[in-house]
Amino acid sequence: MAEVKRDDIINLVDLRKEFDDGFVAVDNINLYVRRGEFITFLGPSGCGKTTTLRMIAGFERPSSGKVLLNGEDISMLPPHKRPVNTVFQRYALFPHLNVKENVAFGLKLRKVEVTYEDENGDRFKRIEKLTREEIDAKVEKALKMVDLEGFESRSVSTLSGGQQQRVAIARAIVNEPEILLLDEPLGALDLKMRKDMQLELKEMHKKLGITFIYVTHDQEEALTMSDTVVVMKDGVIQQIGTPTDIYNEPKNTFVADFIGESNIFSGTALGGKKVRFIGNIFDCVDDFDKNEKVDVVVRPEDVYLVDEGLGQVNGKIISSIFKGIHYEMVLKVGKTEVVIQDTKERKVGEKASIIIRPEDIHLMHKEFSSNKYEGYITKKNTVCFGDGEFDCDVTTLYPNSILDEEGYLITENGEKIDLTDVDVEVEVGLKDIEISDNLEEGGASGQIVSIIYKGDHYQIIVRTEENEEDFVCDTEYTWNENDIVSVIIKPEDIKLKLKEEVKR
Amino acid sequence: MTKGKVISKTVYKDDKPVKNRKWIFSRKQLCIPYGLFLFMFVIFPLLLIVFYAFTDETGKISFYNFIDFFTNPTSITNLFMSIGLAGITTVCCLLIGYPVAYILSKMKQRVAGVIVMLFVLPMWINFVLRAMAMKELLTLIGMFGKNNFLNTVIGMVYDYLPFMIMPLYTTLIKRDRSLEEAAADLGSNRRQVFTKVIFPLSLPGVLSGINMVFLPTMSCYVVSDTFGNGKVTIIGKLIEEQFGVAANWNYGSALALIMLVIMFVTMLLTGGFKPQENMRGANL
Amino acid sequence: MIKKFFSRGYIFLVLAFIYAPIFLLVIYSFTDSTVVGVWSGFSLDLYKRLLTDGEITPVIINTLVLALLASVLSTILGTLGAIGLHYSRGGFGKVVKGASRVSIINAEIVTAISLALIFSLILGTSRSYFSVLIGHMVLCTPFVVLSVTPKLEQMDSSLYEAALDLGATPRKALFKVVLPEILPGIFSGFLLSITLSLDDYVVTAFTKPATFETISTKVYNSLAKGGANSSLPVFRALTTVIFVVAIIVVIIMNIKRKKKKEK
Repeated sequence: MAEVKRDDIINLVDLRKEFDDGFVAVDNINLYVRRGEFITFLGPSGCGKTTTLRMIAGFERPSSGKVLLNGEDISMLPPHKRPVNTVFQRYALFPHLNVKENVAFGLKLRKVEVTYEDENGDRFKRIEKLTREEIDAKVEKALKMVDLEGFESRSVSTLSGGQQQRVAIARAIVNEPEILLLDEPLGALDLKMRKDMQLELKEMHKKLGITFIYVTHDQEEALTMSDTVVVMKDGVIQQIGTPTDIYNEPKNTFVADFIGESNIFSGTALGGKKVRFIGNIFDCVDDFDKNEKVDVVVRPEDVYLVDEGLGQVNGKIISSIFKGIHYEMVLKVGKTEVVIQDTKERKVGEKASIIIRPEDIHLMHKEFSSNKYEGYITKKNTVCFGDGEFDCDVTTLYPNSILDEEGYLITENGEKIDLTDVDVEVEVGLKDIEISDNLEEGGASGQIVSIIYKGDHYQIIVRTEENEEDFVCDTEYTWNENDIVSVIIKPEDIKLKLKEEVKR
Repeated sequence: MTKGKVISKTVYKDDKPVKNRKWIFSRKQLCIPYGLFLFMFVIFPLLLIVFYAFTDETGKISFYNFIDFFTNPTSITNLFMSIGLAGITTVCCLLIGYPVAYILSKMKQRVAGVIVMLFVLPMWINFVLRAMAMKELLTLIGMFGKNNFLNTVIGMVYDYLPFMIMPLYTTLIKRDRSLEEAAADLGSNRRQVFTKVIFPLSLPGVLSGINMVFLPTMSCYVVSDTFGNGKVTIIGKLIEEQFGVAANWNYGSALALIMLVIMFVTMLLTGGFKPQENMRGANL
Repeated sequence: MIKKFFSRGYIFLVLAFIYAPIFLLVIYSFTDSTVVGVWSGFSLDLYKRLLTDGEITPVIINTLVLALLASVLSTILGTLGAIGLHYSRGGFGKVVKGASRVSIINAEIVTAISLALIFSLILGTSRSYFSVLIGHMVLCTPFVVLSVTPKLEQMDSSLYEAALDLGATPRKALFKVVLPEILPGIFSGFLLSITLSLDDYVVTAFTKPATFETISTKVYNSLAKGGANSSLPVFRALTTVIFVVAIIVVIIMNIKRKKKKEK
């Protein structure tokens, strides 16, 4: 049993939902929601945010785990018995009822316990429905709250999207729920309307003082309105925090990428709060193990453009777009592109330099499941990546294709494609890399920079000299650090993917 | 009952414990009565027919009913008479109905709507009464009894023509007119536009019209009895006789099964397994 | 212009083919001659007989009562069935859907004899009002399901959840939200049932008790005796009345539809 904090209104304990078709929408999440807070589940579609909300509302039953409301397990409580109301994605207003009847729907079903006192002073209780006057008063108040006074007898089908949205909100809040659930309520509105409604919802939250649980895929919406943001992906919570935390200190590249715009670079930690990326060594505030490959996240607005030679790294502006408040420019540094937001424009072609402050450089552990490289196909239909050249099977790029005698690829439809210099993404499994002393044997060679014993095998990192590309491999054999070795990869273990559709 | 003075009102919380874990009210259970009904009065009876078809009066397995049917020249004649009658009726309905539907689809919608209504209106009259009306007309002009087969075809066409026109019309008005313009633009003349674009596009309607006419006319003995002057016997009538005067259920069941097979083949050919509610609904 | 003339003329011809027999009956319904074609003076006698003839009046009442009863029961059974099927994903639902389709595409004569079989074998030898009622329900219910299902599919699935969310019990949600939403489908299913039931001959003939007659069986029996002039004169008046009622119903429905569109 999880410990229930005093001010928690909702606790999700090891909550999991697996659908009949085996899809795991929500995978063992744990979360508490404080009373009165505005919390937002944020994530791409299919991340489990709506399913989580539906479990809180009672429309879905958890496969395992619990939903606690005020410390009580409500997982098995049907929706109509939960003191929770929902604003649905497409409003779900009842088309056969008018505005007032829609709003009054819940009130008419409500029962109250009325205590009476008779002439003798004896008290007795009776369970009654709300009187018509009470209902009218509450409906009026709710409609006033959403600025829809005078719309009582309008048919809901004659209302605009924004008005329907307001009716949906009024219909929910009129029941005075402890928690208001909002499932992408602004998704169907246009941009301007959405912005207005965001502010109004925030205002409403303050006025009502109840807990709002909000679901959206719009990061801006989440950051604008919430007290707390829960970023989800694939049914798993990625990060929980205030909007500022989430934005400034993303926990991983997914969050960084999903929230706002980010530059994500591949880098190497050098120890001692130093990191190397885009061909330069930067000071940073995170201390990572020496030689660990890291993802470096830098927000575009945290990159300062200065004249050439004055900054840490030089490059050339290759694109510049005016975005209203700022210019979004791309600086090419070596092979890498750095996105920069600045109010001062620099023209395309201009050379410039950048400065990044240590506190704006966020390092993250690389999640490692396989080696990924960017490469290209050569004339001989081999593939170059990781400072090496490897034999590969290029016919895997197109289904059912074959190679003709001249080395052109013939696709399923009989099209002839020249693959020379085509950019590809290369993926190699950790177990598919073999290390050899014979430097001529493999497709690339480098120095062993790290050996970690992982219980039943060693994880070895071979780093090339030229561009410091890493080959991470799992092997049963032990090697010595700093050995110069070559890496052998069988053609069938090199998984190729086209970077973009080849121009024919 | 004294009401007394209201002291307080509080939210009433239903504390009744939830009975079981299956709290999500199973709306799907609502189809159980319908399912049982269908099983008792549709599926089970059909199985019974299959059983009867393959047994003799004593209940022993036997193929005698089928052998009897296919070796008896009269019954074979009747079978071909049914198929022929249904085929000719269908062709006539198509030949008469297609131009009607096509012309209607080219008319202004409001005018077409009224005319379509005129075509549908008589269907409200009981179909036996409609058959009677046609018979009276044929009698009046002296055709009744002269050519019984032709009269039966006229009766069938009269009863089933709207069933052909409706699906044709619905597919023809739904067609994308810009395709015709495109075809004309690409150099097709009007005839080519029709044969290469309009007709192929209306094929679903043609097929469903064929289904709506061919299948029922094969067994609709009410019409053949009314117009055939006792001379036109179709398979539906044979079945009726076996369950009526002849009282040979086994043979009758075998006949029904043979007819079902023919229907099944027809539907396979015309892709008529989709429910055709729109056509029946068009009656309204 | 000429083309237009021809196409209009063609439509007119086909309409004439369809309406000539009906108008013939309408005209001769105002005379009491036994044979169509012989005018024996204007008379409303045939209409009077519709209401007073001991042989005809009960038949009309039988037909109407049966149609109404079968349609009401079919509509209830079919609506529940459609709702159930809409929400079921399992095997049972699939089987029921399949059975529903079978009963729609099945030939009427096969439906009729199979019912005759089951009533005489399993449920006792005598055909009764119950058997003819069941027969008509077998005919109508699948079409009710067919009319209601599209409405369920069009309905926003979160409406039901919204009702639950606002405190309605599942049953209340069904009655207060789902039912009003699919009402047009239920209504058209009901109307369809009425017409199917009124129109039916074959199933009625095989499930009815010997003493029970509907318009269909009565007319057929008179026709099947064969001969040129076997039909009863009173049917002319009956046809006319049905025709007029049909016109009125169609006009009312069109006015309503137009009003809805204007809304």
